[in-house]
Amino acid sequence: MNKTISYPQRFLATGIVVWAIISFVYSIILTGVLKTYNITTTELVMDAIINNLLLTGCCLLIVNNMRYYLPRQEKYWYVLMISLGLSGLSVLISRLILWLIFRNDLHYIQSLSASAGLRFGILFLLISCMSLVSLLWYTQEEQKKMNERKADSERLAREAELFKLRQQLQPHFLFNSLNSISALTGTQPEKARHMIQQLSDFLRGTLKKDDQQWNTLEEELQSLRLYLDIEKVRFGHRLQTEIVCPEEVLALKLPSLLLQPLVENAIKFGLYDTTEDVLIKMEAIEDKNYLKITIQNPFDPETSQPLKGTGFGLSSVQRRLFLLFARQDLLKTGREEKIFITTILIPQL
Amino acid sequence: MMKVIIIDDEQLARSIVKEYLQPYQNIEIVAECSDGFEGMKAIMQFGPDLIFLDVQMPKINGFEMLELIEKPPAVIFTTAFDEFAIKAFEQNAVDYLLKPFSKERFDRAIQKYLSHPAGTSLQPVIDTVSKSVAQQSRIVVRDGNKIKIIPLSQVQYIEAADDYVKIMTAAGSFLKKQTMNFFEQSLSIYQFIRIHRSFIVNTQFITRIDVHEKDSHVLLLSTGAGLPVSKSGYAKLKEALGI
Repeated sequence: MNKTISYPQRFLATGIVVWAIISFVYSIILTGVLKTYNITTTELVMDAIINNLLLTGCCLLIVNNMRYYLPRQEKYWYVLMISLGLSGLSVLISRLILWLIFRNDLHYIQSLSASAGLRFGILFLLISCMSLVSLLWYTQEEQKKMNERKADSERLAREAELFKLRQQLQPHFLFNSLNSISALTGTQPEKARHMIQQLSDFLRGTLKKDDQQWNTLEEELQSLRLYLDIEKVRFGHRLQTEIVCPEEVLALKLPSLLLQPLVENAIKFGLYDTTEDVLIKMEAIEDKNYLKITIQNPFDPETSQPLKGTGFGLSSVQRRLFLLFARQDLLKTGREEKIFITTILIPQL
Repeated sequence: MMKVIIIDDEQLARSIVKEYLQPYQNIEIVAECSDGFEGMKAIMQFGPDLIFLDVQMPKINGFEMLELIEKPPAVIFTTAFDEFAIKAFEQNAVDYLLKPFSKERFDRAIQKYLSHPAGTSLQPVIDTVSKSVAQQSRIVVRDGNKIKIIPLSQVQYIEAADDYVKIMTAAGSFLKKQTMNFFEQSLSIYQFIRIHRSFIVNTQFITRIDVHEKDSHVLLLSTGAGLPVSKSGYAKLKEALGI
């Protein structure tokens, strides 16, 4: 099939081969049939050319048709009907043309009438064969495209979800920090300037990183310290922090911005669940093939909900870990008297 | 002299309100509080005309604090970001200030209060507390001078008592000035069902349903208490428990 240029080479090659086979088979059969009636070579060649041209036309029609319209239901009925219609039409047209050219040769005209049924049968078989091939081809093509689209949309959704999980944690922190800066501007402009610097550094850090990226613990701790410094300006003496991290653990890697929501959660939980001063303690160790980080915050066992302890921060981290490692067991929470403990394991790949 | 109290857990956030209030000669800041407990005490002690109130604070949030006060003063909320609160503010409260706010915006809020000091009903604000109860999944009550926070999981049932409701827990019962309808609505997303005109039960505590008389049932709780079930209450129970 001489298909349009933009079409894949593969299709063109397949089409030509199929067409060649069909034409060849058709010619042989036709020649064999016509030979039994004592007719001239001119007639034979003309007959073959006209019938082959008609057949080519039918095949082109079908392929082009299916390219733009692929039947969804009743596929096989569609193929049957179109094949029947086209073969019938071809037989009629070829008969008409051949009769016009050779109407003086009675012998030949006779053979035309006699072979009509056979011609129809063969044409029908060939055309329906072609229809089925194109049907399969285009269905497969469509399936492939659909799969690609599906994979694409899944990837986009995943990226969007990760992005959203990261973004959701920002506004409260951001607006409250800006409010603190606004308050400092009147009384302590130097401090205000310092806080603007810290906030900018922190925000730049979060903007630069992307979710797919892995950073060393050292890098993550740097941005975490910036975050904690800002929170300390906001909450004053109420918030104290302690980070325990041996030298050798600093080089271990973890997905960027995974720790911050956990610490944010611990701070919120700690600060909003008690009215006393709050100590947030973080500890990192290497455990077999894992980086293990524990974060502790005080809470009031009497008033906090056992199940509500996992706030938004925790569930978003849980979700991210699942998207990254396909595991649900990497984040755990526990409690010891008035201390809430969050433990996270990061597989070292 | 007009009395004002500032309630916010962040010292810097309070200081900016103070700064903005300085030019107002006839406004006196009688107290600054860093959480709802202090806030409630200060309001009862000083009887302020107006309070500046943060929403997110330690232990109890701004809404919960307001709910504990019999006659709340006029309120200007100051908050950074709170989706559900902002919606509520749009229709009620004197005003709400989104942090960080400018001096001009602050002055406008004060003017708004000064022009309608009396016409500031808090009822619509209180209504949003129902959403807060649902969101926090707890009920805050006043027990004498103390504040008690009851997680919903510890509430066995709620009983009507004139203008109040009686909230029954293992640690005893607490009265709260609120309507049964309020709790029926706000707790409907949890495992609470109104089984009777005067009773809302926590289905987690149900152990048995007995037939009492024709058309009436009695609900037995794991605590040993027996509650009456009305005809319509029984239908709701059956639906909720799938029996």
